[in-house]
Amino acid sequence: MNVDVTNKDYSTVPDAEGRFGIYGGKFVAETLMSALDELEQLYCRLRADEAFQRELDEDLAHYVGRPSPLYEATRWSRQVGGARILLKREDLNHTGAHKVNNTVGQALLAKHMGKKRVIAETGAGQHGVATATIAARLGLECQVFMGEEDVRRQALNVYRMKLLGAEVIPVKSGSRTLKDAMNEAMRDWVTNVDDTFYIIGTVAGPHPYPMLVRDFQCVIGREARAQALQQTGKLPDALVACVGGGSNAIGLFHPFLEDESVAMYGVEAGGHGVSTNQHAAPLTAGTPGVLHGNRTYLMQDANGQIMHTHSVSAGLDYPGVGPEHSWLKDIGRVNYVVANDDEALQAFHTLTRVEGIMPALESSHALAYAEKLAAEMAPEQTIVVNLSGRGDKDIHTVAQIDGIEF
Amino acid sequence: MSRIAGCFERLKEQGRKALVPYIVVGDPSLEATVPLMHELVANGADIIELGVPFSDPMSEGPVIQLAHERALANGASLRDALDVVRTFRERNNETPVLLMGYANPVEHMGYAAFADAAATAGLDALLTVDIPPEEVAGVNAELHRVGMDNIFLVAPTTPDARIDRIVDQASGFIYYVSLKGVTGAGHLDIDDVTAQLARIRSRSKLPVAVGFGIRDAASARSIAAIADGVVVGSALISAMASSLEAGADQQAAQAAATTLLAEIRKGVDSAAS
Repeated sequence: MNVDVTNKDYSTVPDAEGRFGIYGGKFVAETLMSALDELEQLYCRLRADEAFQRELDEDLAHYVGRPSPLYEATRWSRQVGGARILLKREDLNHTGAHKVNNTVGQALLAKHMGKKRVIAETGAGQHGVATATIAARLGLECQVFMGEEDVRRQALNVYRMKLLGAEVIPVKSGSRTLKDAMNEAMRDWVTNVDDTFYIIGTVAGPHPYPMLVRDFQCVIGREARAQALQQTGKLPDALVACVGGGSNAIGLFHPFLEDESVAMYGVEAGGHGVSTNQHAAPLTAGTPGVLHGNRTYLMQDANGQIMHTHSVSAGLDYPGVGPEHSWLKDIGRVNYVVANDDEALQAFHTLTRVEGIMPALESSHALAYAEKLAAEMAPEQTIVVNLSGRGDKDIHTVAQIDGIEF
Repeated sequence: MSRIAGCFERLKEQGRKALVPYIVVGDPSLEATVPLMHELVANGADIIELGVPFSDPMSEGPVIQLAHERALANGASLRDALDVVRTFRERNNETPVLLMGYANPVEHMGYAAFADAAATAGLDALLTVDIPPEEVAGVNAELHRVGMDNIFLVAPTTPDARIDRIVDQASGFIYYVSLKGVTGAGHLDIDDVTAQLARIRSRSKLPVAVGFGIRDAASARSIAAIADGVVVGSALISAMASSLEAGADQQAAQAAATTLLAEIRKGVDSAAS
């Protein structure tokens, strides 16, 4: 496969076939193809529809609580001793993470399609909670597929979803984490395609999902860009976001892609280290392949089997990544790097103690890398880090690692 | 004429319908797969569909998911599937064999390398569940280069315009997915399948085989009365797996599957058409 690195017109991707260069596409079973076509047609109509955009903006303002602040972490910046670090506070959204930006948007699509039931896959549980939340508000039946391993380590979010009236279905197949939850959600969708809307939580899956999830998450970057200009008088020098499937990262990055002076860093989960195979860093250590409806970088073995992944954070524990990130890697616009489990945990504790903000373990990967990056930069330079979610859900995981039992 | 086209033509002359059993390469063991294929032929198989083990078999129900997991635990891969075909061909040069699987193992091997290896092994066709006509150009160019058929799925949700697009790319036969769901599901609706087959046949001259949800002689008989072929997978794999679970050895477990296939063969042959 030849990679076209000359096309850097960010507004032309994906193309009509849903491709970002060689990545993306629609690799699903025939039963789902017409549902995807229908969704694509509806979305393309509604994205240009002023009334729909107004409805979405109203929800983002009054239900989600947007705009989220861009907060300058002055004490932490001083301690690091380099660039000024600003945090995009997606953790302050209703339900505690960026995920809700997308579920609010997709739920509106479901409503327009007259669907009575929504399903979702979830890893850390944040997308499941955000889906259950909007389903409760709209009176939709909601089932959330979650790997058995994640049900165990994210017990708090499982209970939140139940309180919200959703049914959480533990997935016992494969590695029992996010990828298997996505397989099971696809199986449900293929069975109930007539009355069910599948709310995918990240910028992966078949076209048009990577496009529409990106569009719904771009509110992060649009706000951050305007806030940075207003609060610091200039564009940031660097953006940093964690990448599992990559929805919070694409949401922050995309509105800045044409700002050539802005460097971008997507931080993958290095787990126990990328040399160990115990990680979840397909862009750093994987190869292109096809999974969950799109062509993208994957962690796979010599026979094209998808490998088990490891990350301390359930939300990054995924062997693939959104196809737009694969394209942005190949054309060199975004740098993809890793932070290991121990570095993320360190950053979790640091931000909690120094700024009084408890970050999600996913976001802690971005913080860990930002700390290194800031130390190498000048004091007049600025970094925007996407604080994609809050860490309450991870307290059990952190306590367990620290040897504490409740 | 391809082995598959020849097979359907011969059956048509005999007034019979094709019986297409599905098994997963490496389940219950890699050594057992080729002998099982010969036994399936001896018990009425016209075409053999070999599942290529994959870590994320998204269209499979629980029975076939577990078969994939067992096969992967036995180390089975796409290369093993091609080895199985080559070994099978040492004793059987007539029965068409197709591989059914998912895009990534084929993509990882490379379309050209796969086509060459598959042609050398004596494979007749490929069916990749997750490569719809929109994405098929690359793989089809290579399959056609070596004269191999590409089998496509048509679903209850496929509109007429898509059927045309699929038929343009397809050869060998059309695989009609009898229901919205995964393999082994239990809500087969014969009247609906009858109407759908009429819709497909009005747009294609290819034979149409029907799969998903056919589990015994009775359901096979109903489908054989209206289709050109009957695919049966989960029922055979379930027969093997439950026999093994009950303590039988592999040979006895496979006999459970081939006995069921022989019954299904009777069902297929008893259909008036």
